[in-house]
Parts: sequence; C-alpha cells; structure tokens
Amino acid sequence: MAEIILLGLNHKTAPVEIRECLAVSKEEAAAMLDAIKESASVEEVVLFSTCNRVEILMAACDKADAVETAKRHLSEFKKVPVSRFEDSIYIHEGDEAVRHIFRVASSLDSMMIGEPQILGQIKEAYFTAIKRKTSGVILNRLLHRTFFTAKRIRTETGIGDHAVSISYAAIELAKKIFGQLEGKKVLLIGAGEMAEIAVEHLVKNRVKEIFVANRTFKNGVELARKFSGSAIRFEEIPGYILQVDIIISSTGSPDMIVSKDQVKQIMPGRMNRPLFFIDIAVPRDIDPAINKLNNAYVYDIDDLNGVIDENLEDRNKEAVKGERIIDEAVISFRQWYDSLDVVPTIIELRNKIDSVVTAEIQRTIQSMNLPESDREAFDRMKNALINKIMHHPTLLLKRDGGHGSNSAYIDIVRKLFNLDE
Amino acid sequence: MDNLITVTSLLYVLSSAGYILYLFFQKEYLHRQGRVFLATGFLCNSIIIGFYYAKTGQIPVRNLHETLLVSGWAVAGVFFAFQYRFKVKVLGGYAALLAAVCVVASLFVSGKIAETQTIFNSLWLVAHVISIFLGHAAFALACGVGLLYIAQENAIKGKKHGFFYKRLPSLDLLDSTGYACIATGFTLLTIGLITGFIYAKSVWGRFWGWDPKEIWSGITWLLYAAILHGRLTVGWRGKKAAAMAIIGFAVVLFTFFGVNFLLKGHHGIFTR
Repeated sequence: MAEIILLGLNHKTAPVEIRECLAVSKEEAAAMLDAIKESASVEEVVLFSTCNRVEILMAACDKADAVETAKRHLSEFKKVPVSRFEDSIYIHEGDEAVRHIFRVASSLDSMMIGEPQILGQIKEAYFTAIKRKTSGVILNRLLHRTFFTAKRIRTETGIGDHAVSISYAAIELAKKIFGQLEGKKVLLIGAGEMAEIAVEHLVKNRVKEIFVANRTFKNGVELARKFSGSAIRFEEIPGYILQVDIIISSTGSPDMIVSKDQVKQIMPGRMNRPLFFIDIAVPRDIDPAINKLNNAYVYDIDDLNGVIDENLEDRNKEAVKGERIIDEAVISFRQWYDSLDVVPTIIELRNKIDSVVTAEIQRTIQSMNLPESDREAFDRMKNALINKIMHHPTLLLKRDGGHGSNSAYIDIVRKLFNLDE
Repeated sequence: MDNLITVTSLLYVLSSAGYILYLFFQKEYLHRQGRVFLATGFLCNSIIIGFYYAKTGQIPVRNLHETLLVSGWAVAGVFFAFQYRFKVKVLGGYAALLAAVCVVASLFVSGKIAETQTIFNSLWLVAHVISIFLGHAAFALACGVGLLYIAQENAIKGKKHGFFYKRLPSLDLLDSTGYACIATGFTLLTIGLITGFIYAKSVWGRFWGWDPKEIWSGITWLLYAAILHGRLTVGWRGKKAAAMAIIGFAVVLFTFFGVNFLLKGHHGIFTR
C-alpha cells in the first residue's frame, strides 16, 4: 500500500535566499503536480508553497524514488541545482509526515505561532491538486483531517488570541479603554508605516474622524486625504487634544511634542474623558509622565513590545494544548490508515486457508471414484469450514480499533500464517 | 422554611463558585451555570420572602435574620436587572458571593422579632423598605464595579497586563456600569427617604427627628449626590468615581448595620 511521505523546507531549515528561489507560484504548482504524478512510484501528490515554506506531500509506493522525483522536479522547475537546496530539505514519513502537516496547518510550525493565513493557503493548494486530479483516497482523507484538526485547535485553544503586532496591540488596548472605537476621534502626529497601519485599523473599526498634523503642512494634507481625514497645523495640536480620543505619534522630532502640563490643563476641559496616547516615535514624542494623570494612558513602543511578548508567551502556552490535540489526530488518522490494510489481509488469509483445504480435499478424493454430486458436497463442506474458521479472525481484524492496535493484530495474523512470503 | 433557606444559600454558593471559576477559566458554560444557580436561588429567596409576608402581612425585615434574607434577595435581583443592560459577566462572582454571604449568615442568626405593632402596616413603609434595600443593593454593585475598574486600570497603566487585563471588560463599560448603578441607587435612596419621611410624619407626627439612622442616611444621600454632581459638572469619572463608589458603599454599610449596632436609634430593633 502507498505510504505517506513529505518533503519540504521552511524558514527554520532554509535561509530566505533559498526560499525565494524555490517559491512556487500557483501555475507552476499545477504543472509540477502533473509532472510528479507522472512518476510510477508516486500515486498521489499535493504541493503548497508560501513565503516561509515549500512542502510536497505524497502517497508513494517507492519512497526513495518518490523523494528523488520530487527533488528533481523542484530543481528543474525552479532552475536551481539540487545541491543548492538539498541540505535544507527535511523528509518525514508515515506518522511524522501526518504530524508535520497537522502542525503546519494549525500554525504551530509558523514563524509567528497562531497566524491565521496558513490554513487558507493550504486549502488553496489542495483545491489545485483536486483540479489536477493528483490527490486520491489517502491524501483527500489526510487533508480533510488536517483542516478539521486546524480548525479544532483554533477554536479550542487560544492560539490565535491577542495581538502580536504593534498596530494590533495598540488597537486592542484602545478597545480595552474605550470599549468600542466607533465614533471616536483620532489625531495622527507625524507619519510612518507603523503609525499609518494603526490608523488604517482604526478606520476599519469605524472611528469617526481622523486629523493629521505634520510639520510640513503639505505632507499632512496628502496623508489626510489617504484616510479621508483633515490636516491640521502643528501649532493646533493642543487645541485638538481637547476633542480627540486617540493620539498616535510618530515624528522624527528629537524633543517631546506633548508635555504633561499641557495635558493636565486640557483634561478638565474634556470632562476627564479618557485620552489614549500611542507613541511609536524614537526618541519619544509624548511625555511618559502623562500616564500618571487620571484618565490619560500612554504606551510607547517598548510598552507595546512588552504587550506583544506577553501575548506571544500566552500563545506558546496555548500551543502545548494544540500539540495534544495533534497527538490525538495523528493516532486517529493512523487507525484509519491501518484499516485500509485489513481487507487485503482478510482476503489473503481466506485464500491461504482455501488453498490448504482444497489441496487436502483433492488429495483425499483423488483415489476415490466419487460421483459429481458427492464432489459438490465436499465443496460445500469446504466453504462452510472456511467460513467457520474465518469468522472470529475477521471480526477481530475488522473491529474498529477498540484497543488502538489493529495494526498489531494484522501484523500477528500475517506472521502466524506467513502471508508475506 | 428553614430547609428552603438552606437550599437558597446552597444555590447562591454554587452560583458564586460558577462565576468565580468563570473569572479564572473564562469558559462560557461556567458563566451559564453561575447564572442558572443565581436565578434559581433568587426564585427560592423570593418564595421565602413571599411566605413570610403572607404569614405576617409585613415585609420580613423585623430582625437581623430577615433583614439579611431580604438583602441577599435585593442584591441578586438588582444584579439581574443590571446584567440585562450591562454585560459585565465577571461581576456575577461579586454579586453572587454577596448574596451568598447574606443568606448563609441569616442561617446563623435568629434574633427576636420586633414587636408586631400596627405602625408596621403602611403602604409608605413597604415602599420605604423596598426602595432602600434595592438602592443599597445597587450601591453594593457600584462598589464591585469600582473594584473591577481599579483592577483593570492598574493593569493598563502598569503595562504589566497579567491576570485581570484579559478577563475584565473595557474601562468604558465598567465606568458606565458604575455610573448607572449609582444613579439608580441614588434614585431609589431618594424615594426611600421621602417615603420614610412621610411614614415618620404619619406615625410620629414629624418628618425628621435627628435619629442617628436618619442623620447617617442623610450623610449617605449627600455623599452620593456629590458623586453624581461631580460627574455631571466637572467630570469625576474613571478611577476617582470608582474610588468614591467604594467609599460610598462603606458609608452605606455603616448606615445600614453600623448605626444599628453602635448608635442604636429607632431602627435598632430590626437588626437584633
């Protein structure tokens, strides 16, 4: 029977220079699936590639040859000599391959544990394989179990909970302060990628209004247009602190832009409504002492990183639960896989007994001159005998792995009756 | 009836356990469990009070035993009313525990029942007692919400998020829940005081008699009036409001129990 084998490389085994050379596009993947399937030793194949990994999953009757085929096609399609990536490749067989694909799909093997994209990427790769008809009984079942397991881990553990990027962490904090962000006003001071991503997230959370303050007013106007907000002059900042709720600061200024005294004076005018400062700038723009004022909260880049570290630690703890779910899933997949082998074993056992009994009956009746009807009686006896003998072994072998070791019974039966000769 | 009180206290204890476990493990079924036990307990508690009322024709607040039973009932009832509008699930642990403490304590006290006098039969008195108890229960919840607010704000300000940050709701929700509790409590307290005055006038011929209970009720009322006034005019909110809710409830407890035990006065007989 075909065995499951997986060959791949990822961010842990291969540097980015190699990964970028081997990344397979969707069209290339379809062509490669066809090419690998051509090989006599490969029965089924699914291939997926992301920026962090390339994985080729196969059901093959000749493992060594399948691995060589996969390597050769990868090298030919990407025009990279096998020697360049050979050291980065890992090969898993049987349970280990199953475990690996489960872990990858559940994002336990990802660079950022719990990131949600990988499952979708694997699904897409699987649909490509379905379309090319390169996936069959074994891999279909394996991939369905993979999706099921990944989904289960996501819902039953907190692996995807809590932000692990600066901008998401800031949004999460804002939600803990304001409840919902709908209707809130935001002031962006300066510009910068991280700050702009944070503002985009805020826009998605339906904040009411965005103001942009920039030292160069023209730049401010351009940025404001991007978020359909309005630009204000740098000198107007204190006046706007009076009405906004969230302030994201990211300027290149060497000095503080907002001081504690300023905010202290502003707070009564705001009726002490909470004010949240997100200071992404280095050196800092917002006086950290503002955090000591009532209803004012300041998070700088280090604070946000601290939050992320805490969240990552939580995710790692949750990952342990995920591994346990995977252990279960691997065992249950193994049971299904083994059951595939039960039927041929039963047939072989029956054939073996049949051949022994038939031979002995032949030998016995050879010397007797029996009429046709008596021969038929012997035949009937033979079949009844075989059925009676086979009854309990068949039940035992077919029994749904109650003891979790059907493969052991199959192994014993095959050895007892020497079925493998 | 004693059996039903035991059942009620058991239900409240189970409910507290459910809600507190929910705080730790954040599993929805634990929260549901806490809610079901609290609701059933509340039902039993209502039956007990109804039974007492049917038997004597008076609201059962004539000794400490009965007062505690009604206190537990008021806390559970007011919590359900607020839970409907403000979904501060973790507050259940506090409310259920408070109700449990009241009802369990009532099992251990069986004071002398205040003399049955005709002056205890008046619609004004019924309104007075019910609104005071419900109002105090609302203040009790405001105090619980205040504690949660301070825990959550410390987590956010301290930047070490730890246990509370993930488990508690947003500051905004806690703040507005606390405000709603105090506003409701204050309204009920005001109604309670007014009906009390009218009752006093009808029985003793005077509205106000400088009784310690009256003085401390007045202090409580002024304190909460100040809290609400501060919020509306100069924005006393957040941590300051939370701290005041806690202080306010300490004063309420003193007015409710302390005055009776320490200063006597004409309410003293109800907590013997």
